[in-house]
Amino acid sequence: MTDPSYPAELLYHPAHDWARVEGEAATFGITWFAQDAVGEVVFFAPPAVGTRLRKDESYAEIESVKAVSEVVAPLSGEVIEVNAAAEAEPEIINADPYGAGWMVKVRLDDPAEAEGLLAVAAYREMLGDA
Amino acid sequence: MKTIFERGAAGRRAFVAPPTEVPETPLAELIPEAARRRTPPRLPQVSEPEIVRHYVNLSKRNFDLDSGFYPLGSCTMKHNPRLHERVAALPGNAKLHPLQEPEASQGALELMWNLGEALAEIAGLPHVSLQPSAGSHGELAGLLLTRAYHEERGERRPKVLTPDTAHGTNPATVTMAGYEVVKVGTSAEGGVDLDDLRAKADAEVACLMLTNPNTLGLFDPNIEEIAAIVHGAGATLYYDGANLNAVMGVTRPGDMGFDIVHFNLHKTFTQPHGGGGPGSGPIAVSERIRPYLMNPRIRRREDGTFDLDPEGYEKSIGRLRGYQGNYGTFVRAYAYICSLGGDGLAEASETAVLNANYLKARLAEVAGERLPAAYERICGHEFCLSGAPMKRALGIATLDLAKRLLDHGYHPPTVYFPLLVEEALLFEPTETETKETLDAFVAAIAAILAEAEEDPEIARTAPHTTPVRRLDEAGAARRPVIRQLLEEDQ
Repeated sequence: MTDPSYPAELLYHPAHDWARVEGEAATFGITWFAQDAVGEVVFFAPPAVGTRLRKDESYAEIESVKAVSEVVAPLSGEVIEVNAAAEAEPEIINADPYGAGWMVKVRLDDPAEAEGLLAVAAYREMLGDA
Repeated sequence: MKTIFERGAAGRRAFVAPPTEVPETPLAELIPEAARRRTPPRLPQVSEPEIVRHYVNLSKRNFDLDSGFYPLGSCTMKHNPRLHERVAALPGNAKLHPLQEPEASQGALELMWNLGEALAEIAGLPHVSLQPSAGSHGELAGLLLTRAYHEERGERRPKVLTPDTAHGTNPATVTMAGYEVVKVGTSAEGGVDLDDLRAKADAEVACLMLTNPNTLGLFDPNIEEIAAIVHGAGATLYYDGANLNAVMGVTRPGDMGFDIVHFNLHKTFTQPHGGGGPGSGPIAVSERIRPYLMNPRIRRREDGTFDLDPEGYEKSIGRLRGYQGNYGTFVRAYAYICSLGGDGLAEASETAVLNANYLKARLAEVAGERLPAAYERICGHEFCLSGAPMKRALGIATLDLAKRLLDHGYHPPTVYFPLLVEEALLFEPTETETKETLDAFVAAIAAILAEAEEDPEIARTAPHTTPVRRLDEAGAARRPVIRQLLEEDQ
């Protein structure tokens, strides 16, 4: 397992998800804390391309040796790409949660919705890790 | 260890039957050529001592309740009295054929009738079916009965509520029965969040499935209000009997307002279980659910004899399995109920709760800082600790502690359940363990924590003394090898 890290350029959702917003689109994944809490991921079930995601609602499932967990959408939008590599080799979600272990790319309904997410300092404070 | 196929030698036999005195019919007359195999089946060819040693050695590699303490939360791993095995092995029980005519199986039918009466009394609900063969099967029966009840009233209710502490079987059953799962939150006290329940219990909801005490080991004192909310919405209230061992003979689900209850005969009423069972999940229901119960119904005729009435329940949902249920489990459960009696069952529950609270208090003494209780309340049945502070302070996770317990000769508690507690450990000591056993177990936990202060690597790489060491669980799930090739095929 990697050491804890929370990149400054990402926005965070309290359910331990991150979003990398680039204009009208964004990439979603789970944080280092989330992958550490669920343990070794053995299965990742992404949504189909074209699925409509709603902020704060579950859009995917990950299964670890401990449990099946739901992944929550940090923002609303339509799935335009899913990470097939994470589906084939879910261990990359543990190894590289912000890079190769991304989950979906989304065309955002409203980029301004991102204002409701947490910046890195606030997320780390929530974790008691400031 | 070799498989049974890799033992023995060609032509070796455990038993040779004497020549038959009955004229043999040629095989060609019995099985057509096209259906006959061309090569003989590849079966183990071993002597009797080889067979016996193989399976005895295999069994020694297992951990079982007869070898040691097994505090697996929500599983009620209590001692199985040997008396029950003797009774179950009596020829009239063990050699009974499920197709035997009722006239020739009066004793068995009477036992099942009496067991049903006893379970009805324990549940506080008058009508019982013994058919379901597992707790989850009882749950499925409960939801099918709920649907039949609502359909007759012309109601279509697509949702079933389950708390976020529920046993995994509850949402699985909901999905299997064709309903949609809606989760209800947990309050700060560890019970059902009443505001959340009120908000979600509407005309679309068919049922609330509840365990009480719940999987945090906490009895929900709001149960009467919960029942009023659920019934007010026109839904049924289902009791998951997995934790009945804390309340049998003390309070009754029927008196709390439940409509349908399942019993885990293999937990609460002693049975060897785990590793495939068989289990047994009879249900008891209220008057309004009775007409839909599974047929056939065991009937006591006016002359005191018994038979099976194929149309005993007028609006029955039908059968849920072949024959009448796992009969051997009925014998053991009935033996248990008769041995203990009503007062004895209540005392068993009280002792189970006392043992759980004693173990909880002792662990708080020696490990309160590293393994705090998830909820600081008197517990019923079982209790939940969090290994999160231990993980942060010592660098060993709940899984590592669990694995290290194996080296001390104990089966670990349930780990990582309930899901809402971080690094959860769920302990259920049951009533059949002595104070000395509980104290020795506490000492083992204290020793593991002290050892981890010095060298956490020992726990991280545990177990060190078992036939197989730390398993690659993630690898097994990601790339399962489910077929072992014999040497000659490789």
